[in-house]
Amino acid sequence: MKIMHCPLNGPRNISEFACHGEVIPMPDPGALDDRAWAEHVWFANNTAGVVREWWCHLPTSFWFIAERNTLTDEILRTYGAEAVFAERVDFEAGDTDK
Amino acid sequence: MSDNSFRLPGHAGLLIDRARPLGFSFEGRRYRGFAGDTIASALAANGVRVLSRSFKYHRPRGILTMAGQDANTLVQLPHEPNVLADRRVLSEGLEVMGQNYSGSLERDRGAAMGLIARFLPVGFYYRALYRPGRIWERVWEPIVRKSAGLGKVSLDGPRAYHDKTYAFCDLAVVGGGPAGLSAALTAARAGARVVLIDENPVLGGALGYARFDAEGARGEALRRELIAAVQAEAKIEVMTDALCNGWFADNYLPVIRGRRLTKLRAKELVLASGCIEQPAQFRNNDLPGVMLGSAAQRLIRLYGVRPGRRAVVMTGNAEGYGVALDLLEAGLEVAAVVDLRTAPEETATMAALAARGLRVLSGHAVVEACPGPGNRGIAGVLIDSIAAPGRGAGQSERVPCDLLAMSVGYTPTYQLALQGGARLDYDDETALFSITGQPAHMHLAGAVRGVHDLEAVLADGRRAGRRAAEALGLQAGSEPDETTDAAAGGVNHPWPIFPHPKGKDFVDFDEDLQVKDILNAAADGYAELELVKRFSTVGMGPSQGRHSALATARLIASATGRRVADIGVTTARPPFSAETLGVLAGRGFEPERLTAMHHRHLERGAQMMTAGLWWRPAYYGPPERRETCIAEEAAAVRGNLGLIDVSTLGGLEVRGPDAAEFLNRVYTFAYAKQPLGRSRYLLMTNEAGTVIDDGVACRLREDHFYVTATTGGVERVYRSMLWWNAQWRLEVDIANVTAAYAGINIAGPKSREVLAALCEDVDLSAGAFPYMGVREGRVAGIPARILRVGFVGELGYELHVPASQGEALWDALLAAGEAAGIRPFGVEAQRILRLEKGHIIIGQDTDAMSFPHEIDMVWAIGKKKPFFVGGRSIQLRARRALARKLAGFTLEGEAMPGESNLVLRDGAMAGFVTSVARSPALGKTIGLAYVHPEDAAPGKTIEIKLDSGAMVRAEIVPLPFYDPENARQEM
Repeated sequence: MKIMHCPLNGPRNISEFACHGEVIPMPDPGALDDRAWAEHVWFANNTAGVVREWWCHLPTSFWFIAERNTLTDEILRTYGAEAVFAERVDFEAGDTDK
Repeated sequence: MSDNSFRLPGHAGLLIDRARPLGFSFEGRRYRGFAGDTIASALAANGVRVLSRSFKYHRPRGILTMAGQDANTLVQLPHEPNVLADRRVLSEGLEVMGQNYSGSLERDRGAAMGLIARFLPVGFYYRALYRPGRIWERVWEPIVRKSAGLGKVSLDGPRAYHDKTYAFCDLAVVGGGPAGLSAALTAARAGARVVLIDENPVLGGALGYARFDAEGARGEALRRELIAAVQAEAKIEVMTDALCNGWFADNYLPVIRGRRLTKLRAKELVLASGCIEQPAQFRNNDLPGVMLGSAAQRLIRLYGVRPGRRAVVMTGNAEGYGVALDLLEAGLEVAAVVDLRTAPEETATMAALAARGLRVLSGHAVVEACPGPGNRGIAGVLIDSIAAPGRGAGQSERVPCDLLAMSVGYTPTYQLALQGGARLDYDDETALFSITGQPAHMHLAGAVRGVHDLEAVLADGRRAGRRAAEALGLQAGSEPDETTDAAAGGVNHPWPIFPHPKGKDFVDFDEDLQVKDILNAAADGYAELELVKRFSTVGMGPSQGRHSALATARLIASATGRRVADIGVTTARPPFSAETLGVLAGRGFEPERLTAMHHRHLERGAQMMTAGLWWRPAYYGPPERRETCIAEEAAAVRGNLGLIDVSTLGGLEVRGPDAAEFLNRVYTFAYAKQPLGRSRYLLMTNEAGTVIDDGVACRLREDHFYVTATTGGVERVYRSMLWWNAQWRLEVDIANVTAAYAGINIAGPKSREVLAALCEDVDLSAGAFPYMGVREGRVAGIPARILRVGFVGELGYELHVPASQGEALWDALLAAGEAAGIRPFGVEAQRILRLEKGHIIIGQDTDAMSFPHEIDMVWAIGKKKPFFVGGRSIQLRARRALARKLAGFTLEGEAMPGESNLVLRDGAMAGFVTSVARSPALGKTIGLAYVHPEDAAPGKTIEIKLDSGAMVRAEIVPLPFYDPENARQEM
């Protein structure tokens, strides 16, 4: 079983983790047409190569980011989400139900 | 035969204790062996040669390897089938039987009839399964099951305890031979914590049974020296009788020792797993008495057993001469050494043999073994000079003997390395193997790496130990890395295969496959090894190709004009060796969760049901009164007073300056202006706009919400909240407090007056504490969060208290309500009550497509929020025509649809039933179903197809079914 290095909990068995897919910051929902939004929701890049992925250490529900080569299953690097999501996100006031 | 007539005199036998004789039986006959004997060695000592019958032709089989590497020695114990007789240690009174025969092991009717062979030609499974229709189940399977089942499983055997343990080390060394021992010593002396694993009862590997010099003393002397050094080294933990049965990523090693599975995590791994001696192929090469040279040596040195009376040795390397010398010293007559090589290089061992006048035939081969009576042994061998690779000159000489020892080559024990992704290469010129591309942190040492000369093996072990130590950041001294191996050049003969026109020249002993079977597979077009395997089943038996892979690759390469290296070996996967289901199952770990009141439910005779990991009361009373109990419980809530344990409900604390903003984003409704002391419905959608959870948000403070979630959904909801805020970075703290709180819902018209008797500091009056209000206070002296909610549609209060005091609160409420006739109710009654109110259950009344507009939850969408998860998708989906709607229906009469029964419209599926129950309050069947949007209006009728296939018509009615004005829950 693989070892994954959790930034919070250190090296743990991979069975303690769940992958949540590629890190793709959510685009501005108001700026996309329906097709572009649907693609954001439903399409995954499924890249063969090094991918930045969301991982969660399940016993502690700790989310972090891992860089993994999907061809070799080698985990290259793990780090906290703040490295990518450094700023507070706010949404423009508006009417969702346009 | 006399007792132990094949036992060597004196002290021979490293593993046996001659002071402790043991009695046992085989096929009903009594024998004696010694402590430390295996079943096979004790039988060999008593002259018993036939251990089993082969799979297909029921041919007698005996000792081949004495190393637990072949299926020939599989025997039946009273409660255990398929036991390796050459590994299982003898115990007093052990009752051993043969397997896979009809009649007796000595005289098997299956073999006499030759019946099975005709039914099982090569490619049988492939062709039988490929053909369409049911011929497999009807015709072949019963025949195969009857004839091919090896051992018999005992269903009433004693139950054994199996367990698991977890271990960690710097370096694991797999294999305790000279390479493994010197690797372990080198690494431990550099400071590494080492676990040394060997499947045998003692360390030493080949040092314990093979011959390394003409005098024959070098191996044992070195074995003692190395073991003493290992035992003196505190940093080495030795695991003998321990099988490392696989390699998993990052050196996660399953080590099986008896009934215990150790999951060992090693930072570095030295694989010193040695090599597997290979048989030669010629007619009758499977008969008892034909064995590997190393098997004969194991019998002599490990068990003090003379492997026969008169021997012929067929060799393709220098080792065979050591075998011959060992046989001579063990008192056998050695009729001849047959050397496949035309001009073997002279060694000291050969000189010693020559000095004793031994007959050596170079450039010759054993081309056939001559069967003894009933194929139960051999009476001699035919020796011929080699005219061309694999072909004799046709002038064979018959030499009488009862033992043929083969020493023609080895394959590295490559399995663990290949499981790790390494590649096995073979040099067609030198017939030598090499392994490359093993994963990081795995080091190979010794024979597995193709190093055979003893001094070179020791140096190679030190090299691997040093490499491992350096990878651990330790200083391990220095020594030249490359070692010269004087022996490697000639250990493998490239073609010890002598096909016979009449066959019985076995390539795979497990599956009874002959040379022609492999060639036929190639001729049928199955030229790739993986296809040959699937077509012929070669390598699929218990020994997993240990003795058939090399010969198969050679035959396929020759038949298709390619190199052996291009054929390769089939994919190696764990496990390395057979393992019992008990070891795999081990000690079960199935966590379950009990609420604080669990034992009170059991005391009241509750029938418990699971809800995720939780146990919840379904209803209270005996199963034969199920329907009555549920109806009575529902009636108690409607007319009087009921009590239900809702501790399994998820609970989350959301705190911080951005708490309301956060809820606004992860739920559909609006929470920014929610007043203190009020609760508000929560509906969660995912990014696709699909409804995934619901609950209520209780605003306890400006910056503090207590949020409930569904029993099955809370973990996911909690994780999802943390994921979103890992991106948004709002100032909010989220904690899952589900386990910290017990919850009780007291519901029914009398709930207010009974609760009031226990509640001093909260005004429960309708004016002071309205529907959807939230208060904090004390109930029966217990600090409680009190929520006025109405899941069951009656006046009611949900009390959330510290879990440690849940049982006390339960007791207090039952005592306070006793005079009023309070009655606990279970999940079944609650489901009916909520259905009467038209409340949906997420996951039952919704599926992976349900979005708010389909389930009439548009009211729960905040209209003035800039964003919530799923909002954009809901907006998109709402613009399209609805494909279905969830609607309530009623049904007169006795017909009772089931959940997931289809709703049909003009013969096509329009939806399905999600919930259905007989309503005690309405006196008819009620339910929820997805229907065509045009049929969703009250007054329409729908058609439901029952399990029986019959159609019933149901009427769509407005929701809720019960108390549409909500007067009862808001009173």
